[in-house]
Amino acid sequence: MSTASTTFEHAAPPNAGPRAFIQRLRQGDEIAHIVTLIFAAGILLITSLLVYELWINSTLSRHQFGLNFLWTQTWDPISGDFGALPFIYGTLVTSIVSLVIAVPLGVAAAVFLAELAPRKLSDGIAFLIDLLAAVPSVIYGLLGIFIVVPLMRTTIGPVIKSVLGELPIFKGPNYGVGFLTAGIVLAIMIVPFIISVSREVLLTVPRDQREAALGLGATRWEATWKVVVPWARTGIMGSIFLALARALGETMAVTMVIGNDPKIKASLFAPGYTIAAVIANEFTEATGDLYLNSLIELGLVLFLITFILNGLARLLIVATSRGGGHP
Amino acid sequence: MRKLAFSMLLVLCLASLAAAQNVSLNAAGATFPYPIYSKWFDAYHSQHSNIQINYQSIGSGGGIRQLTAGTVDFGASDMPMNDDQIKEFQSKNGSGILHFPTVLGAVVPMYNIPKVTAELKFTQKALAGIFLGTITKWNDPEITKANPGLSLPKDDIVVVHRSDGSGTTFIWTDFLSKVSPEWKSKAGSGTSINWPVGLGGKGNEGVSGLIKQTPDSIGYVELIYALQNSIEFGDVQNANGKFLKASLGGVTAAAAGAAKSMPDDFRVSITDAAGADAYPISSFTWLLIPQQIKDPAKRDAIKGFLKWMITDGQGYNEGLAYAKLPKPVVDKELKAISKVQ
Repeated sequence: MSTASTTFEHAAPPNAGPRAFIQRLRQGDEIAHIVTLIFAAGILLITSLLVYELWINSTLSRHQFGLNFLWTQTWDPISGDFGALPFIYGTLVTSIVSLVIAVPLGVAAAVFLAELAPRKLSDGIAFLIDLLAAVPSVIYGLLGIFIVVPLMRTTIGPVIKSVLGELPIFKGPNYGVGFLTAGIVLAIMIVPFIISVSREVLLTVPRDQREAALGLGATRWEATWKVVVPWARTGIMGSIFLALARALGETMAVTMVIGNDPKIKASLFAPGYTIAAVIANEFTEATGDLYLNSLIELGLVLFLITFILNGLARLLIVATSRGGGHP
Repeated sequence: MRKLAFSMLLVLCLASLAAAQNVSLNAAGATFPYPIYSKWFDAYHSQHSNIQINYQSIGSGGGIRQLTAGTVDFGASDMPMNDDQIKEFQSKNGSGILHFPTVLGAVVPMYNIPKVTAELKFTQKALAGIFLGTITKWNDPEITKANPGLSLPKDDIVVVHRSDGSGTTFIWTDFLSKVSPEWKSKAGSGTSINWPVGLGGKGNEGVSGLIKQTPDSIGYVELIYALQNSIEFGDVQNANGKFLKASLGGVTAAAAGAAKSMPDDFRVSITDAAGADAYPISSFTWLLIPQQIKDPAKRDAIKGFLKWMITDGQGYNEGLAYAKLPKPVVDKELKAISKVQ
């Protein structure tokens, strides 16, 4: 409503004069309009400044390596030869592994909390989940290095190997650290986001939707799975993309458990490296302009990856929301 | 009129006196010597209450960058500035740069082999081979011949190195480059390098954590870190062929061994130094001082501190597990302080 009125005021003829403008200012509408506009523009400004800074400060390496930077596998600070591919690969693989684990877990937990659990229990657990989401990532990293890594080496890894060891993604030595461990730790970190946001979205599904489905003779499960979840689908997707964004940019927890070896290996047990981790590791001691520029260009690449994935996410939402459910 | 001139002169004198009284210096750089630096700056401030030194331990690379950009009064680094960096500093600031060794550090090999509790001895070839990936099993002859009487497993060696850029890595790889031509051509030395093999752990704690949890692994940590955390570590063969366990005395001996042939700018690596008691994986860490300092108050404060640091200040070293500078190096540095103008 307010948008409509402000647009109308904008459409007002310019000869309305300063008096009318002051009048509008007094009423508060114009002030609110300006203030919120400034804040919204701030986001745009910060984003473009970020890209600008990354772009300017990576000039040297962009000129030196060109697009080859994206598919070169060497990362050699001594000889000054830099390529981003192993880091891009590591970032994507760990994020995908974490989503594969966290999405079913998170969505299922959210459905239980929103639809099946008693309200009091649901609120209590939701409180704990919000607490989990606020835990600093270095804590998850420590958890990873002291619990997940040994467990991976002695228990989880051997079990996976004995069952699925023939698959190329589970071949090779298991050190305890690597893509899979990083993916698991990331999954633990992002599950609270998925549960928390998805639960809130599921709770906003109107009661009559549920009642109508039940009234038509659907079982409780059918009402949940065929009516409530599709209704909330956009919101659930949103929670997943929020989680993905966190997984892509996570630094501390990942670098503690991934093994930090910039090589591309098919095996999930192999050590790898991610973009955020290498920037955090090497930025402080990066001597030489080309080295520093290459690290900053990695930041630019991470920004691009996030940008592309977010774009794809939007497309996915548009494509899937056609299939019924909430418009 | 004369009275006025006189009083103005007096005010000027007082003002300059006041300026000389309070000097605030900013410095940034290496993290490895940070504990001793903060102790020194604090102790010096309590003796000279007008001089305050703020130190940001942002890493050697960051220290050199900030110094070159002119945002700090002096820098600190675990590896000497190379010729290009010095040239860049000169072209931006119109002044040379002087290196002053402050304390010594050392790096030790740490390992975890189940059922082997004895202290392992490593030849220089063995360490280079393990980190190059050419020695892959614990029972390789190069390792067993230095450790007679020990039964080492035939398991694969897991190499662990630092993933973050660090002076520790520089010292370690500088040593490997000196003792192995193959290492020098394939990997080289620096704060971050392209490792032929191995897993990366962040910081000394990351490396030691990985080693403790991974059977049959080997890596390297700072001597101070190992001492403070009671970590067992191995002996390393020095240039004289003797196997030495790292100690503060052995590190100082390495510096003394290198002092004779030390260049006037102190940019010297003391890994694999000569001397029967010289621990081979040792290094100086340096303060980077501009040769010309325009502000006289700052210049005097820095020169005063430098002199105190390499004489009285060295008394704080061993309490914090840093090795002392040997006397020949201290004497040489005292002479070099007059170069700051």
